[in-house]
Amino acid sequence: MSKQEITLSVNGATHELHVEPRTLLVTALREELGYTGANVGCETARCGACTVRVNGDAIKSCMQFAVQLDGAEIETVEGLAEDGNLAPLQAQFQAHHGLQCGFCTPGMLMTADTYLKDAENPSREEIREAIEGNLCRCTGYHNIVDAIEATLTEGAPTNE
Amino acid sequence: MSDAEDRSDKRVFGKAIKRNEDIPLLTGSATYTDDVMLREMVHLAIRRSDHAHATIVDIDTSEAEAMDGVIAVYTGEDVVESGVPNTIPTAWMLPGLVTPQYRMLAVDKVRHEGDGIAAVVAETPEKARDALDAIEVTYEKLEHVTDPVDAVESDVPPVHDEAADNVAFDFELGEKDVVDEAFEAADHVVSVDLRQPRIIPNAMEPRAAVADWDRGTEELRIWMTSQNPHLHRMLLSAGTLGVPENKIQVIAPEVGGGFGSKIYHYPDEAVTAWCSMQLGRPVKWKASRMEAYVTDCHGRDHTTTAEIAVNDDGTVQGVRVETYAGLGAQLSQFATATPSYLYSTILSGEYAIPAIYCRVIGAFTNTTPVDAYRGAGRAEGIYVIERLMDVAARELDMDPAEFRRRNLIPADQFPYQTAAAVIYDSGEYERAMDTALEHIGYDDLRERQKALREEGRYLGIGVGNFVESAGLSPSGLAGDLGAQAGGWESSIVRFDSTGTVTVLVGTADQGQGHRTTFAQIAAEELGVDIDAVNVVEGDTDQIPQGMGTYGSRSASVGGGAIARGARDVREKAREIAAHQLEASVEDIGFDDGEFHVVGAPDRSMHIQAVAAQAYLGHNLPEEMDPGLESTNFYDPENFTFPFGTHVAVVEIDPETGAIDLERYVAVDDCGEIINPLIVEGQVHGGIAQGIGAALYEGAVYDDDGHLTTRRMDEYAVPHATYLPDFETENTVTPSPHNPIGVKGVGESATIAAAPTIVSAVVDALEPFGVTHLDMPITPERVWRAMGGGD
Ligand code: FES
Ligand code: FES
Repeated sequence: MSKQEITLSVNGATHELHVEPRTLLVTALREELGYTGANVGCETARCGACTVRVNGDAIKSCMQFAVQLDGAEIETVEGLAEDGNLAPLQAQFQAHHGLQCGFCTPGMLMTADTYLKDAENPSREEIREAIEGNLCRCTGYHNIVDAIEATLTEGAPTNE
Repeated sequence: MSDAEDRSDKRVFGKAIKRNEDIPLLTGSATYTDDVMLREMVHLAIRRSDHAHATIVDIDTSEAEAMDGVIAVYTGEDVVESGVPNTIPTAWMLPGLVTPQYRMLAVDKVRHEGDGIAAVVAETPEKARDALDAIEVTYEKLEHVTDPVDAVESDVPPVHDEAADNVAFDFELGEKDVVDEAFEAADHVVSVDLRQPRIIPNAMEPRAAVADWDRGTEELRIWMTSQNPHLHRMLLSAGTLGVPENKIQVIAPEVGGGFGSKIYHYPDEAVTAWCSMQLGRPVKWKASRMEAYVTDCHGRDHTTTAEIAVNDDGTVQGVRVETYAGLGAQLSQFATATPSYLYSTILSGEYAIPAIYCRVIGAFTNTTPVDAYRGAGRAEGIYVIERLMDVAARELDMDPAEFRRRNLIPADQFPYQTAAAVIYDSGEYERAMDTALEHIGYDDLRERQKALREEGRYLGIGVGNFVESAGLSPSGLAGDLGAQAGGWESSIVRFDSTGTVTVLVGTADQGQGHRTTFAQIAAEELGVDIDAVNVVEGDTDQIPQGMGTYGSRSASVGGGAIARGARDVREKAREIAAHQLEASVEDIGFDDGEFHVVGAPDRSMHIQAVAAQAYLGHNLPEEMDPGLESTNFYDPENFTFPFGTHVAVVEIDPETGAIDLERYVAVDDCGEIINPLIVEGQVHGGIAQGIGAALYEGAVYDDDGHLTTRRMDEYAVPHATYLPDFETENTVTPSPHNPIGVKGVGESATIAAAPTIVSAVVDALEPFGVTHLDMPITPERVWRAMGGGD
């Protein structure tokens, strides 16, 4: 299969890469570019562990071919922290014990971070709906909902 | 008396400290097995059986071998010819157990859908997978069986010739005649038929391995998704590959959940290593989710008839249980222990029951192997006793909570010898039960239930009491019962020469927060800052010995080994301090990391300064060796027995059968709590899996023996919208025999939640005369139970 050259911007850095037409975005990110934050839990758009942001939308990167995204702006979990400091959402996940094994976490964070950009006073039920496409087998979600809620109400944790 | 009982002066033990493992997990820098990428690495894919049961007539790999990027294709015969031991052993023997050889790849027959037949190694994972379809397998299909009762009773060709009736073992606990007599003497006997379906663990990270064989040194390094790297090292050595144990390094990096499924030595990881040995190149294998569904060991699969004998005064006189346990097509390591000892010995639950008998028939079926899944055996056993308590209360027309309370083992009876062969270490069952009932407002709820029923609304209140045998396991006791491995845990607690502390321990985290919890234990014992402690797990070259993480053992057995090691280190440090402060050891006090001469507080030395002296070695007590570290093997003297009460409130929609889970309250007593944040997290996750089993999950095989629940949209792992908020509380009853009073909490809530939910739904359906519904309780099952469709 002949490879194609594409350009991806990942967390603000521009990368040129050669990929096969069938290479998935998640594979390109992980194997070609070394962004191993996004995880592969199902390959069928059911678990959300591979969620990244493409041109502002949270998408499942196992469902997109890299060649379709030539020129796209991609944001991954690696881009959330700034200057080595956790973003408020990440810090709230830690403060509320919103992660255990952490495998779902990169995808969960990208979904939640995208949701938070427009959310206004959501109920806990609405937060649950917002993360419905991201499965977590460890936490039972309660603390994830707490962390997202706290990010909305207080930003970064205040009890440091 | 354990010094854990005095918590007030603790600095870090017992505090809700944020996890120190979180930063890499939150920022994407953590390394899971699939993130390991080595130079020259090639990729393995495994061709699996399409049939539940068939003879392999021929395997033609020629077309696959010719494909672009394919490096090698191997079959089961190739593995046999290589001369490796090729045997995945069972780790628990039972009397009369049939143990057919469990090979890395099938040779003669396939015994379940998903059985490995051939291995393809290629330049990329995609090319390896492409080549799988090009392997031509000619089968001769055989009749199959997927249900454990059918397996024993029907006359389909057996899964293994060695077990003509498909019975792997026939296990008994208790004296049947004595129990039969108790039943005859009792006022009432009530029975219930129960089906506990197969659960698929669904750790979010699929199993994976990266193996790197060095042809020069003949050493194997393997990264794998492991809950117990040392057990895997042992089984790779003695079971499958025959490589000497001291030439194998097993590394379990970050592991993305396990829940039991990553305990076992599976064929796939052994094949990965074997391929690397053939090729002299690093080989990576990673399960697709669909492969995970058909190869990760499933849990449960019990079909049970259970009976309870009760008297008019509401006291339980006996319990009698017969269970058919599906084991799947092969014996995974703990497949025998889980439905026998781990199950039968917990059937007393929280209750004083004078007579208990249990028979378990372990049956081979043409299905994915079954082994321990979170709650393992204890979950199935507590489910049985709690369903019996409900049906008996109904028979006696007693409130189910009151009936349970009347039969609780009183707090002054501990240690308590049950009729099911174990000794409960400590318990205050009524306190936890009261806490839960008060928290939820039980009496008011019963009033509300009555009022709502008059309006045609159906509220249900479920009560679930549980006790768990945790802290696996006292080696001698387990050995007497058939265990082929020890139950101890091992630690090295080491002061580094600059005053930091390294803790090496043989448990292996998959999300439980060991690096924080264990640092809290060591920091407390040594009086150092928690940030000064680095906990290392999951690498057999760094950590000499270990047993791993399963059976709610890490905090109590691993934590016990760390506490004891830290105490040894502290005592050696005390001797050095005494020597340098020119006082006798008895006169040296220790407070907050500082050794001081009693009565002369200005003559003191910090333990970290002592550590530096220990490594300098210039001025040590006579005959003392330099260095400051301790190796500790802690073998618990008994299991620990966490317990508690969960309560759920549901409302049923009579039109549709839909179940609204209104509230869920969990009161857990796991002994001393090292970190409340982490304990709460374990309880939350455990509840979610118990609710999942009760309402949503369950593997289904179709008539052809194919698993129909093989994708994440077919097998209902709970989404965020499926679950309510959880309300949790704890009571604290320390384990009297554990060095830090800890009992463990990993499995408790899963054990408690399934019976609690079932109890609530059945309670709601009381007006319809429903006494039991099998899991998963779907709206359709509820609707039919209410007479829908009649
Ligand atoms: S891996 Fe993409 S959704 Fe699961
Ligand atoms: S933290 Fe393990 S899957 Fe979410």
